[in-house]
Amino acid sequence: MTTPLVQAEGIVKRYGPTVALADGRLTVLPGESHALVGRNGAGKSTLVNVLTGLQAPDEGTVHFDGRPAPPLADRDAWRRTVACVYQKPMVVPELTVAENLFVNRQPLHRGFISWRRLRSEAVALLDTWDVHVDPDARTAELKVEDRQMVEIARALSFGARFIVLDEPTAQLDNREIERLFSRMRALQDSGVTFLFISHHLQEVYEVCQTVTVLRDARWITTAPVAELPRAALVEAMAGESAAGHGPARATAASADAPVVLDVHGLTSAPFQEVDLTVRRGEAVGLAGTSGSGKIELAETLAGLHRPTAGSAQLDGRRLPFGDVRAALEAGVGWVPRDRHEQGLVSGMTIGDNTTMSVLDRLGRYGFVGTERRRGVAAELIERLDIHTEGPEQPVSDLSGGNAQKVVMARALASDPRLLVLINPTAGVDVKSKESLLARMDSAREDGTAVLVVSDELDDLRHCDRVLVLFHGRVVAEHPAGWRDHELIASIEGVDHG
Amino acid sequence: MADTKAPPVTPVPAPDGRAARAVLLRRARELALVPALLLLMVLGTVVNDSFLTERNLISILGASAALAMVVLAESLVLITGKFDLSLESVVGIAPAVGALLVLPSAQSGWGIEFPAPLALLAILLVGAAVGAFNGILVVKFKLNAFIVTLAMLIVLRGLLVGATKGKTLFGMPDSFYSLATTTFLSVPLSVWLAAIAFAVAGLLLRYHRVGRALYAIGGNADAARAAGIRVERVMLGVFVVAGVLASVGGIMQTGYVGAISANQGNNMIFTVFAAAVIGGISLDGGKGTMFGALTGVLLLGVVQNLLTLAQVPSFWIQAIYGGIILVALMIARVTTGRAQD
Repeated sequence: MTTPLVQAEGIVKRYGPTVALADGRLTVLPGESHALVGRNGAGKSTLVNVLTGLQAPDEGTVHFDGRPAPPLADRDAWRRTVACVYQKPMVVPELTVAENLFVNRQPLHRGFISWRRLRSEAVALLDTWDVHVDPDARTAELKVEDRQMVEIARALSFGARFIVLDEPTAQLDNREIERLFSRMRALQDSGVTFLFISHHLQEVYEVCQTVTVLRDARWITTAPVAELPRAALVEAMAGESAAGHGPARATAASADAPVVLDVHGLTSAPFQEVDLTVRRGEAVGLAGTSGSGKIELAETLAGLHRPTAGSAQLDGRRLPFGDVRAALEAGVGWVPRDRHEQGLVSGMTIGDNTTMSVLDRLGRYGFVGTERRRGVAAELIERLDIHTEGPEQPVSDLSGGNAQKVVMARALASDPRLLVLINPTAGVDVKSKESLLARMDSAREDGTAVLVVSDELDDLRHCDRVLVLFHGRVVAEHPAGWRDHELIASIEGVDHG
Repeated sequence: MADTKAPPVTPVPAPDGRAARAVLLRRARELALVPALLLLMVLGTVVNDSFLTERNLISILGASAALAMVVLAESLVLITGKFDLSLESVVGIAPAVGALLVLPSAQSGWGIEFPAPLALLAILLVGAAVGAFNGILVVKFKLNAFIVTLAMLIVLRGLLVGATKGKTLFGMPDSFYSLATTTFLSVPLSVWLAAIAFAVAGLLLRYHRVGRALYAIGGNADAARAAGIRVERVMLGVFVVAGVLASVGGIMQTGYVGAISANQGNNMIFTVFAAAVIGGISLDGGKGTMFGALTGVLLLGVVQNLLTLAQVPSFWIQAIYGGIILVALMIARVTTGRAQD
């Protein structure tokens, strides 16, 4: 039997009264890609923090290659052992790739930095691991996947052979994900071990050999992926029989329902001459790769950008462009693409965040009735099933799924006639996803027209039809009941020229 | 997942008592400076007999009123996530323009001899105009607020020195001084006005949607825009309002001193920032309350007063004052338990 590369047993970590991890266990064998899955709040982050030496566990032991983990203060030893590539870039954006690789350990010549050697060593390092990135490029200009590879190369250069990838695919489109996976496999062949964290179970099956499931701060199971069918994995994560991955439940809106949104010839730099209609109670999906213009199109309808040509009518009236406030008043509610960047003000409370768009309705002359606001916020918290202490809790305390529900709550707060959802379930756990999609369905039942932009097939499955954008043009329309491979083929531009 | 500072806390439905206590704790942070303020008052009473007299307390308030207005102005800008250094020059140039408009040429005025009410209005307009100019450069042309307003600080100071040829302006109509000289319930009008301004600002920040918009913009401008807040318009408005408030501070200062020197407001911005940060206004935007800012002003006012009463030699007073500001910042860091970023 081989010595496990990483062995963590009985890890307990408390933050004040909250138990973030009650029984964390992980055994990773050398040379494998090991998936760590669990819903938001299941304890994955905490376990990663313990494994990467950012925090000491309250109880339990961690062994690397049979030796106990180095003390927390010995950063160098940790760097030689393990590295984590986070979703957030851990590089200095303004420095070149080469300099980022050698920050604070630049090769010296008589006490001064030798830029020539720094560059040649960077080239050698990137070549060794077959990373095709220009060492002179400004790091801020790199694509996400290249930035991730630079971070991996840097970690490997410290001697670490165990790399934690924290949701590496969250910001990538399908083709980029494929490239990342083939690079991962290549690195795996040269002896690198990965701990792979993802919400996309499909990816777990694609790239990992073993999976560990955490739930409610506890270890649930560790098994070879080949022996754990998808339904069983979802059950292990959710703690109940798999909900949600069933067939499409699009309740077809009647074809004679009045048209709510009528877009005609909408053109802007990222998209050209888009025509689309959404009827009352209908959900229309917009699919496409990350460069297809689908997000820009949705943001234009929400009032964030001004198109160069074309028009849109909402309930027969012209939809104003380039002014979010005006679009909101015209009856558009929306969920922005990224809850951290555009969705939430993290320093404010849940109450503030949910009611931010509708404050003018909560009192006269712009004054906000405290009681009324609390009432509205409490109702939204209830309606969206947000797990919180109450409206006064800062939104930064919430886990990803609950935070996304707050963004959704704000979109619904204005009782919109058109709901524009951009990546509504990105980075949330299975259960929150169900609850968010259920909210979307009930908004439709109330007659709201819904436009969903998403990379997740599960979201699109809730739509009556899915339009596919390719290089800014609508190239296909799939009525509900499409098969995954058909849709993916047209997203990737395989079935048309 | 990527956030290593704030561990994801499993949202356990908390018992009501804990939620209430959490709210109370957040409230208590706003009051963090009150114990320090009380401690200083007790210290002052013990050290000096004349400290805790009505006259001395009123004089502290009177001396702090102008500073309070500028701190209020700066706090609004800071909460929105921007900077305005030029406010200290507005404190000088706005009332000076008003004075130059009323004074005859013989008293170094421009000889236009405006009626006093019009001149006072002009003072506010100068404040608004400077604020609008800063705002347009920062918001519309996206220049860096720190550098723009630093340049404006120098330009406006230079204009003031140029327009007055470095002379001190005096002999203005009584209405220029009445904020500081008229009293109501034996407290100067300037103090009442500052108190009302803080109360109104505090109320608007907490209970008006424009106020909440300032926090949203300072906390995350992109999210604020996505939520339908007209970010540029609100920011521009904040710069204008800050300019006007600073010009009111300038009138108060004029009344308190009894003249306008070319140095009026000079170096004041350091004290303004100190008071705001001690009072818990974040330089990163999105955080802080008017009550906190006010306690910051009062703390510095009391310290200044104590130093004067203790007859500290005037050559040393600056060094000691600066040292005390540093200590106050450290105390505020400890009592609020949060980083002053």
